[in-house]
Order: sequence, then structure tokens, then C-alpha cells
Amino acid sequence: MTPKTRASDAFSEGKTPHFEESARESLADTQLRRNLGKATQSIRRRRSSAVAEMPDWEELREAGYALKKRVMRHLDEYLLRLEESVTRAGGHVHWARDGEEANRIIAGIAKSHDAREVVKVKSIASDETKLNEHLEREGIRAFETDLAELIIQLADETSSHILVPAIHKNRSEIRELFLRELAVEELSDDPPDLTNVARLYLREKFLKAKVGFSGANFAVAETGTVCVVESEGNGRMCTTLPPVLVTLMGIEKIIPTWRDYEVFMQLLPRSSTAERMNPYTTFWSGVSEGDGPEEFHLVLMDNGRTDVLADEIGRQTLNCIRCSACLNVCPVYERTGGHAYNSVYPGPIGAILTPQLVGIGRPGSDTLPYASTLCGACYEVCPVKINIPEVLIHLRGKVVRHKQDKEGFKGRLDPENVAMQAMAKTFSNPKLYENAQKAARVGQWPLSRSGAIHRLPGRLAGWTDARDLKPIPEQSFREWWRSNRDGRNS
Amino acid sequence: MRVALFITCFNDTLFPETGRATVEVLERMGLEVDFPFEQTCCGQMHFNTGYQREAIPLVRRFVRVFKDYEAVVAPSGSCVGMVRELYQMAAGLANDEQLLHEVEELSTRVFELSEFLVKKLRVTDVGAYYPHRVTYHPTCHSLRMLKVGDAPLELLRAVRGIDFVELPEARECCGFGGTFAIKNADTSIAMLGDKLRHVLETEAEVCTAGDNSCLMHIGGGLKRQRAGVATVHLAQILASTEER
Repeated sequence: MTPKTRASDAFSEGKTPHFEESARESLADTQLRRNLGKATQSIRRRRSSAVAEMPDWEELREAGYALKKRVMRHLDEYLLRLEESVTRAGGHVHWARDGEEANRIIAGIAKSHDAREVVKVKSIASDETKLNEHLEREGIRAFETDLAELIIQLADETSSHILVPAIHKNRSEIRELFLRELAVEELSDDPPDLTNVARLYLREKFLKAKVGFSGANFAVAETGTVCVVESEGNGRMCTTLPPVLVTLMGIEKIIPTWRDYEVFMQLLPRSSTAERMNPYTTFWSGVSEGDGPEEFHLVLMDNGRTDVLADEIGRQTLNCIRCSACLNVCPVYERTGGHAYNSVYPGPIGAILTPQLVGIGRPGSDTLPYASTLCGACYEVCPVKINIPEVLIHLRGKVVRHKQDKEGFKGRLDPENVAMQAMAKTFSNPKLYENAQKAARVGQWPLSRSGAIHRLPGRLAGWTDARDLKPIPEQSFREWWRSNRDGRNS
Repeated sequence: MRVALFITCFNDTLFPETGRATVEVLERMGLEVDFPFEQTCCGQMHFNTGYQREAIPLVRRFVRVFKDYEAVVAPSGSCVGMVRELYQMAAGLANDEQLLHEVEELSTRVFELSEFLVKKLRVTDVGAYYPHRVTYHPTCHSLRMLKVGDAPLELLRAVRGIDFVELPEARECCGFGGTFAIKNADTSIAMLGDKLRHVLETEAEVCTAGDNSCLMHIGGGLKRQRAGVATVHLAQILASTEER
């Protein structure tokens, strides 16, 4: 299998490849296709039966949606309330406008404790800010402790799934990696053996680290309680063993009251891992003497989120609780995998979140809203009812308008734009439309062979690479109607 | 009842036989069918590809042409989905309250053929005879946007002589997706490959659906493989009788 290291993604400086180019590479990777197909199909089946057990699933989704909607409408108030309650509980709150500011704050805290090593768990937001690279430059090593993230870090790759970052790897590939990177002599590819090697390696890190770092699934405005949802217990160790804990959280992760966990703790596990109850759910409010870390810092990060909030159709994207159900059901993701998206957020949610966070007008991420057939499977499973197809279509509109309005002649002379303008003109008038039907019928003769078109020119060749095309028949429907039914109502 | 046929530009140009079949089925149900010649395209391709300002005049045209009909019927789930689910977004983009109001009012009267027959007319047996082995692909927009449910299956099961066989993993998208099929041709073809495999597993001679766009994609793949399986729109199966 080819290494999946990516120097640059949508959140890095510089150009990122287009989705369709990266997808072509991934589609050719047979091992990846097999690993992903197997994993997504199995979790899809399990999610479906876990959800079927709940008679009030639709009501729960509705409640999750309503709660998130309320949070977004009053986000400013909830954030101030959260700051107040975390501070009251003995924690420190920091505000970060963007990733760079968040990185500076976090590195500053680590340096103030002379920490050279940080243990880290469950934070995609920190992949967004490229925190590990930043710490490295400051002379601090970050060790990922979630098993899958450890695998990714050891392999020097990037994550390909929100919840199962190493979904693209099978166990024999992981065995080879551990043999190479963890200096073990002998190892089988049995999952318990693999886990054990990782455990021995990580335990030492947990005990030595002075600073622990985590992401956050939720934070309650009312009580200041931050929550990390995980399956291994490594997150629990990360957030309790080191004397200092730093948590990075996107500002949209807030929920109003403690009681609201009732809704999300039912929605999240069943949607993400198809479990009735999540194995390790860690809650903490500030610090408690003699229990857990002595110092707690919460970094609240914007990094483009308030721009998303300002967009009436796009803002529902911020409802996301990172369950990954949309990835697991997506027929595009199932085949291309996460790396094709060139973003820390892949799949359907990544296709709407990433372009909004980094801004429309970047060539690579502008292709993400097009990485979908609009089949709607994602919307059907989303536990907080994000209408992903609607946002995809909305973003496609923004991408095109940006091209037309901001890219001058280059945008307007784009062959797709020229063709679309011509067709819009044609459809604006039934006479022009009918003439175009006739012209196309005549114009297709050099392409048509024995009742089928096997090869189209230019970009349209994408169709005929694997599909024949039906030629335009002799008589259109309206011509038939005119000659058979005319006089009635034409 | 007098209904308007919304043929869709795609069927008008490429699949006139589907339009003729739709007229035949509706007339057999005792309805009077109108074909307003002023109709062109609903604007779906433009809108879904991002050319949304360009789609707004097409939305206005559609509303102007069809607003006085009691019911508007189309042999296409995705074009009806455009009208019912996305015209409001288009009106919002146009910042036109009047258009929004007209769109909301009209969209409840626009139907895909199978839901019109089963849910509106409450008919499942349309008197069809079709002695072939047939499988059915539920297109995504019929299934998830319009929620036509089992309507097409109920219609098919009532067809005399039919040897109906369920399609495995039927709810999986075929990979067409409009301009996706060209912009992301590789992914589209990878999805199509799995759909074709399932179609072939059924040993059906005909694969049917409520959308000729998806069928053109599936059929194009089957034809390229010389698979010996035809794609036929649901309306044409329903229009078939012993006589013809």
C-alpha cells in the first residue's frame, strides 16, 4: 500500500489537490477499497440495528436538532456563561480567534511548566490548527494516545475518518507498523496482542507527562462541565494523570444544561460506534483538590466558526457532534476513503464543514461540495438532522458565484460556465429550446455508431469511459404530441 | 381531473417513449392530460451544479406554466424533487416573497408518477401486462427526497405476467448524481460497478426505475458490458398491455 502522508491539507497553507484527482488515486488502491468497504458496511449494519431498538429515535433527533439550534442562536450568551462557570470551578478560560492563536496559547502553557512531552487525546480541532507541528517547533513532543491516532502518528500519516482515524488500515498492516516503530521483537496480528504492545508503550508516557491535552465533545454552559467520549480509557488517563490539563474546544461544542446530556449521550454512541452506551465518558468541572489535574485550561477557538454561523443555510453544519454516521453511509466515502478529501474533516460533513471554515475561493476545498451525488443517505442518519445535501447545494452556489464574480475573465470563460450560460439561455425560450433539440440530433451523427455513442469529446469523455450513451431519438416528445395531439392545447 | 404533464427536458429530448407511456397510463386512469408547450427545464442541473442565479428564471417559468393546474405529474423523481424541495431555496436566493409564496402553494400539487397513482389516485393495478423478469432500483431522490416508499413496488407487483425480483442493496446510490457523473467520473463509475453487480445477481432481463437519468447511467454501463439487461422506465412497464 502506498503511504498516505499528505504534506498539505485544506487547513495548511498552500495548494491542496482537487477531490477528483485524489479520489482517482484512492479508487485504484485495492487494499484500501477492501478495508474501507468491509469496515463501513459492518458499522452501517450495526448502527442501523442499534437505532432500530429505540422507539423514540426520531424524537431524540428532533431534540438534538432543537438544542443545537438554540445554542447557535444564543452562542454569545452561552459562551460567556461557560467562561463564568469554568472559572468558578477553578479552571482558566482562554479565547483563540484562530488556530495560530490557539497553538500559541497551548504551547505557552506547556512551556510555563517546562514540559517537553505532552500526552494527547481526541482532538480533531488540534489537527485543524496543526498543533503537533507547532509544538514540535517549540521543542515539545506530542504523543497521541488514542490507539488509532497513535497508529496514524507512528505511520506519519493523516487520519482518514473522524472516529476511526486508521479505518484505512487492516491489522496486518498495523502489525508491520508496530514491529517497525515500537521496537518489538515478536508480534501476532491478533487485536489483543496489538493493543497490548500499544498499551505498554503508552502507559509509560501517561506516567511521565506533566501536561495532558484533550479535545472536547461537549461543554455545559450551566456547570462548566467538559466531556470527552471515548472507548479505550486512554482519554481518561490523559485527562486525569498529568498535573496540568489543557482542552481545546471549538466554540460550537457547547450545550446549555447538564440535563441536555440525556439527549446527546443517547444519540452519539448509537450513531457513531453502534453502542447502546459509551464505554468511557469522562466529565470534569474545573479542578478538584486531590483528584485529577491541579490545573485546568480551556481554550475556546473560533477559527472560522463565526463565519459559518453568519450563513443562514450553512450554520446547521455547526450542529455536528462528530459521530461519523454520515461517513459510514456515504457511497462516495466508502469508495474513496478519507484522504481523498484532503481535509482533517472528511466525508459528507467534511465536504460542508471544511470549505466553510477555510472560506470559499480555495481551489482544493472548493471541489469538496461536489464530492457527492446528493443521494441524501447522510441526512437520513444524521443524529442532529443536518440537511447535508441542502448545504452542499448551497455551497456549490457560493463556489460558482465566487468564480463568476471574483475571478474575472478566467472564471467567466471557464468552459463549464460558458456551457451553463448557453443552456440557461436555451431553456429561457421554448423556441430556442426546440431548435437546440433539433441541432443536437443533427450534430450527434459523427459520434453515433450502431445505436450508441461510445466516445464523447473533451470533459464529457468521463461519461463514455465506462458507459455507452443513448443517441437522441428522431422525434422529441413535444414533436410527437404536436403531430398526434395537436389542435387540443398547443 | 385534468392534469398537466411535466415531461422534463431530459425525457422530452432523450426518452419520448417514457412521455408517451405516461400519457397512456394517465389516460387509462380516466384523466385528461394537458401538455403545456411553454415548459422547458425545471432548472435542476443548473441549481445543483451551483449555477443558481441562472436557474431562477427557469423556476419562474415553471411556476408561470403550471400554477393553474390541479395536479402536475412527471415521470421523474429528481425533477419533482427539485420543484418540491429546492424551489423554496431558489425563491429565497431570488429574495422574492411573491415567488416563495407561489412555489410553496404549487409544490404540493406536483407529483412523481408512481406516488401520484398510488397515493393520490389510490390505484395499484393499472391494468398492465409485462411478461418479463424485472428488478427495480429505487432512485435516491424518489426514495429520500420525495419518500415515495413502496409505491413503485406496489404498482409493479400488480402487473400481470411480471416476474419481479428484489434488487440486493437496492437503496445504494447508483452513482449518477447529475454533473457528478462527469465531474467525478471515476467515483461515479466505481459506484456504478457495484450497482451493476447487484443487477446482474438478480438475473433480471429488465432493470426499471422512476428516473431515466439514473437508468441512462445504469443502462450505459450494462450496454458497454453487453450484459443483456435492458433498462426501461417504470411508466413504460405500466403502459404495456396484452395488445401492445
